[in-house]
Amino acid sequence: MILGQDPLYAGDVWDALPVTVLKAVAAFAFLLVAVMLNIWFLRKVISDFQNRVGPTIAGPWGILQTLADGIKLFFKEDLVPDNADRFTFKLAPYLSLVPAFLTFAIVPIGGDFNGDGSRDGLVTILGKDTFLQVADPPIGILFFLAMSSLAIYGVMLAGWSSGSKYPLLGSVRASAQMVSYEAALGLAVAAVVLQSGSLSTHDMVLSQSAGFTSWAILTTGVVPFVVFFIAGTAELNHPPFDLVEAEQELVGGFHTEYSSIRFALFFLAEFMNQITIGAIIVTLFLGGPQGPSLFLPDGWWVGTIWFFLKLSFFLFAFVWIRATLPRFRYDQLMDLGWKFLIPLSLFWLILLSGLRIGDANGWGLGNYVGWFIAWFTGAAFLAGLLSMAVKAARVERLAEAAEKEASRG
Amino acid sequence: MAELVTFAVAAVLISVGGLGVIAARNPVHSALFLIQTLIGVAVLFVVQEAHFLAAVQVVVYAGAIVILFLFVIMLLGVDKAEDLGIEPIAGQKPLAAIVGAALAAAGIVTVVAAVDGATGVAAAPGIGENALDNRYTDIERIGRVLFTDYLLAFQITAVLLTIAVIGAVVLTRTVRADDLLDDLDPVTMDLASLAPAGANDGDHQALADETDHGEVV
Repeated sequence: MILGQDPLYAGDVWDALPVTVLKAVAAFAFLLVAVMLNIWFLRKVISDFQNRVGPTIAGPWGILQTLADGIKLFFKEDLVPDNADRFTFKLAPYLSLVPAFLTFAIVPIGGDFNGDGSRDGLVTILGKDTFLQVADPPIGILFFLAMSSLAIYGVMLAGWSSGSKYPLLGSVRASAQMVSYEAALGLAVAAVVLQSGSLSTHDMVLSQSAGFTSWAILTTGVVPFVVFFIAGTAELNHPPFDLVEAEQELVGGFHTEYSSIRFALFFLAEFMNQITIGAIIVTLFLGGPQGPSLFLPDGWWVGTIWFFLKLSFFLFAFVWIRATLPRFRYDQLMDLGWKFLIPLSLFWLILLSGLRIGDANGWGLGNYVGWFIAWFTGAAFLAGLLSMAVKAARVERLAEAAEKEASRG
Repeated sequence: MAELVTFAVAAVLISVGGLGVIAARNPVHSALFLIQTLIGVAVLFVVQEAHFLAAVQVVVYAGAIVILFLFVIMLLGVDKAEDLGIEPIAGQKPLAAIVGAALAAAGIVTVVAAVDGATGVAAAPGIGENALDNRYTDIERIGRVLFTDYLLAFQITAVLLTIAVIGAVVLTRTVRADDLLDDLDPVTMDLASLAPAGANDGDHQALADETDHGEVV
């Protein structure tokens, strides 16, 4: 039970060891290769957007460019600034990397979720029935939230321990931003949990296995998906939310002082996080590894192919946004997070809870319409109050400041 | 067996972390040791099958509270090793020893006095069947207890937290002249929002618009 409902752990724990190790190593290797391809993909797509050709030299279509860059970084001189807090400076890259990798462990990347309850995502590896995910803890998606809050430490401590002002400014921005958007992220996840009735990622995929219309993006009404996508991009510190490493203002942000392999670790963590967030979105909202088997013979690999297709779409979307949108100003960033995303996802969660209660109590059409009117009135009333409070505070602030100006002469 | 090994590892993590918090000379290092302790406790919660508590331990304590500590330490610039020779409050060391010993004694007495030993189940009757119903996972059980037996306390806590948030906003709201930059009329250098209606019509407004565009380019 400690390790979740995976039938692998029903028997002797030591018996399950080889499969567990195999899954962990496979996931790690997969992530490394995926990061390599992802960086190459990013550079190629951005080049296309900007009418350039991008990397072309190393390997066919420059596909080995990342590998070449990685090897180069390995052999560069490793600098530790004089002012740095040496221990923390060396620790920080690992604090970024480890959560990025661990989060991927809860993502189901394949399995036969055909909705008829025959296999329910089970596959057989080395003669043992198991899920195609490294771990399926009962807290499931909470594990993702926990890891994303731990990931802040890497960025924060990197900036602080560099003993230099631009990294410090970058890391303060990063921590404030990540803490702010975590709330919206959590509320969007709560909407999906409400629908699936379980925190486990496996159960979430299972609850969406009755075909396209049962995917959470539709059953939760698109809004949580949009909120999660925006907040997820902000958690990644990707454009348009990349104030953390705004080159024009902060040199390179929190990793300004990092070089060589330590810089490579931050780079790796960043792109690993991108893949992980994409995979989590697919799991939460798009039914994970589900899809029609098309012309292929039935089997668990169909799910894996669908999973990668969906993941690739989101990876492309991240690059697309990166190439087209300008960076937010800091106050716009905070306004979007606190005054728009959080209230919106909160109201949406209340609406969904009401509909769930309706389902459980067998409401008729009249009840649903009544609930919707009540919800809408309440939401409009509170939104009105909020905007009035913001306006009143602004007028008061201006009056106070004008008074100050006047008294200063 | 597996449980024993996990406990031993977690216990070492927690103890080393706890000692590190008070022994480290740099406050940031203390905070790092605190995270180590918190994560060790989370591991123990998992061993006890209190998965939800483990997640909350990491999300709330390691993910939010220690982040706040670090924020304050970094922004206030107190991240330097302090001279422990100077005692700001006279006689606090012996007092701390006495209070510490009393707290430890109280803890031990509570555990020993509880009939069922460390779980304290029998010592706290009336918690109800909801809390210990084995048919549900720990998350479902916490949910059931929160929304039945402790609904009032739950809602009062929500109100309390809202008050705390509003209080924090009220206390930290300050007025700086910089806040007004957005509202300054670039031509007259007046605060547009304070001017009587219509004051900025006509030529002034047109001029202001032009300067705005000029700045953007």
